Amino acid sequence: MQARGGSHFGDRAFQWLTLLMALSVFALIVLIGYELADGSRLALHKFGWHFLVSSDWDPVNEQFGAVPFIFGTLVSSLIALIIAVPISIATAVYLTELAPLWLRQPLIMFIELLAAVPSVILGLWGIFVMVPWLRDHLFPWLQNTLGFLPFFKGPIYGVSMLAGGIIVAIMIIPIITSVSREILRSVPGLQREAAYALGATRWEVTRIAVLSYAKKGLFGAVILGLGRALGETMAVTMVIGNRPEIAKSLFAPGYTLASVIANEFTEATTDTHLSALFEIGLVLLGVTVLVNALAQLLLKTFAGPGVKPQN
Amino acid sequence: MTAPNHSWRKFKNALMQAVTLMCAILVVAPLVLVFYHLLKEGFSSVNWAFFTQLPKPVGESGGGMANAIVGTFILLGQAAVLGVPIGVLGGVFLSEYGSSRLNWWIRFTADVLNGVPSITWGMVVYALVVVPMKGFSALAGGIVLGLMMIPLVMRTTEEVLQLVPNGYREAALALGIAKWRTIVQIVMRTALKGIVTGVLLALARVAGETAPLLFTALGNRFWTHKLTDPIAAMPLQIFEYAKSPYNDWHRQAWAGALVLLLLVLFVNAGVRVLTRDRFQKQS
Repeated sequence: MQARGGSHFGDRAFQWLTLLMALSVFALIVLIGYELADGSRLALHKFGWHFLVSSDWDPVNEQFGAVPFIFGTLVSSLIALIIAVPISIATAVYLTELAPLWLRQPLIMFIELLAAVPSVILGLWGIFVMVPWLRDHLFPWLQNTLGFLPFFKGPIYGVSMLAGGIIVAIMIIPIITSVSREILRSVPGLQREAAYALGATRWEVTRIAVLSYAKKGLFGAVILGLGRALGETMAVTMVIGNRPEIAKSLFAPGYTLASVIANEFTEATTDTHLSALFEIGLVLLGVTVLVNALAQLLLKTFAGPGVKPQN
Repeated sequence: MTAPNHSWRKFKNALMQAVTLMCAILVVAPLVLVFYHLLKEGFSSVNWAFFTQLPKPVGESGGGMANAIVGTFILLGQAAVLGVPIGVLGGVFLSEYGSSRLNWWIRFTADVLNGVPSITWGMVVYALVVVPMKGFSALAGGIVLGLMMIPLVMRTTEEVLQLVPNGYREAALALGIAKWRTIVQIVMRTALKGIVTGVLLALARVAGETAPLLFTALGNRFWTHKLTDPIAAMPLQIFEYAKSPYNDWHRQAWAGALVLLLLVLFVNAGVRVLTRDRFQKQS
């Protein structure tokens, strides 16, 4: 090495170059936070904390409050989780523990392809196929059978909080499923063998030895799904109805943080309106970064570096 | 063990098999349904004109999305120029250099970045590029997609580089080859297929992004020749058509969605078939 000073320099330069590129992720996260905070300065100054507790959204009179959007984001994400979590985890269990071997690979491929479907295409399908079907079949049926609950009362438009939740569920199912699958696969085989040795059936092995062992990791997978649900934009915007109201009924239209940005950003005429939208973005960013950080911590402490990043 | 009798346990086992199978079918169903409806509604509008003509104004049927198709590829090209070098070299650092603590933080941040909603990326690039340049532009659209690619490419590159056996590195270093040349000419060369796969998947992912383009690339109904002008992109065009009240435009939206989905699925399925060995070894 001594004789080749040039390569020594090359080594140093290359290492620094790659370091710089790797550090770009820190720069990016700071940049995102800074730009959104900077853009929302006017709104922060004008409305302060009131922004987070006010439910007025009136661009004409320059009154802005984020409550209807926070409500819509939380409710649609909650609906999505209620639908997606049991289905995803059951599918992951099927894929790792119960399915015949020949079926596993094709099913995994299908799920990965579903994860790749662009949001706008799912939204298009949502408006023209899913929403009419929900309006004519599922919603009336829900109203007839569960109509005594306040969630299923009121007029049915089709576009609604519930439709938004369902489309988000479809979008997060592949992520929760594939992360859960990685988690279940990283459960040591000895766990299973011990349970089999006691004479347990396949399902008992899964329940006793696998699921309880993997609890923390599965929770991480669910939180990761929640992070995606909160930030989901296009498909939700297309089916949720986009009305900033807080309604008890899930059949009523709603609005989410991401949707209001998508709809109003290019049409914002006043600085205050634009700044309020930036503040909505800041709220969305804060919540999703926290949720994602929690998910990553859960996943990383469960499985070490072996779990693949999911996108 | 206070276990219930054997046949009940066997029944429960079979029941859970059936329930989880039902769930798996439920998961796959939307993909099949979306694909079926896209084919049904969109296939008839995917014709020569679709690939070669500009959008027609309201009231005239026919026309195409040629500008949006080209626009999407221009945006992807710019995104690759920005995102691939940064992502790949960052991935090299994670795999070949650094301390485990620093790398833990970089990985963690990259994974959190992957979860940042795409719409907020759009707002950031709006503030960063569109406002100073005083206008929506293809450049801004390329930058936002490129930035989104960085953490994706970084993580997949790291992953495939770590699959390269350490013996390769040691053998090269034992021959007196400088470390950086070992990495570039031996480690990266060995993992090239994997790196390309990761890049293609990242491109396929951002190709379908709509939200970040809404206030960067904006969309355009005509051809553009300058990167400083707004540019059309397939996802944007699909969104605009889907929102409109016109049947002609809805047909175009279905056709556009079909072509875009085929493109994305083709890349995804293609790279998975090409790299099947690696995937099967893992499962």
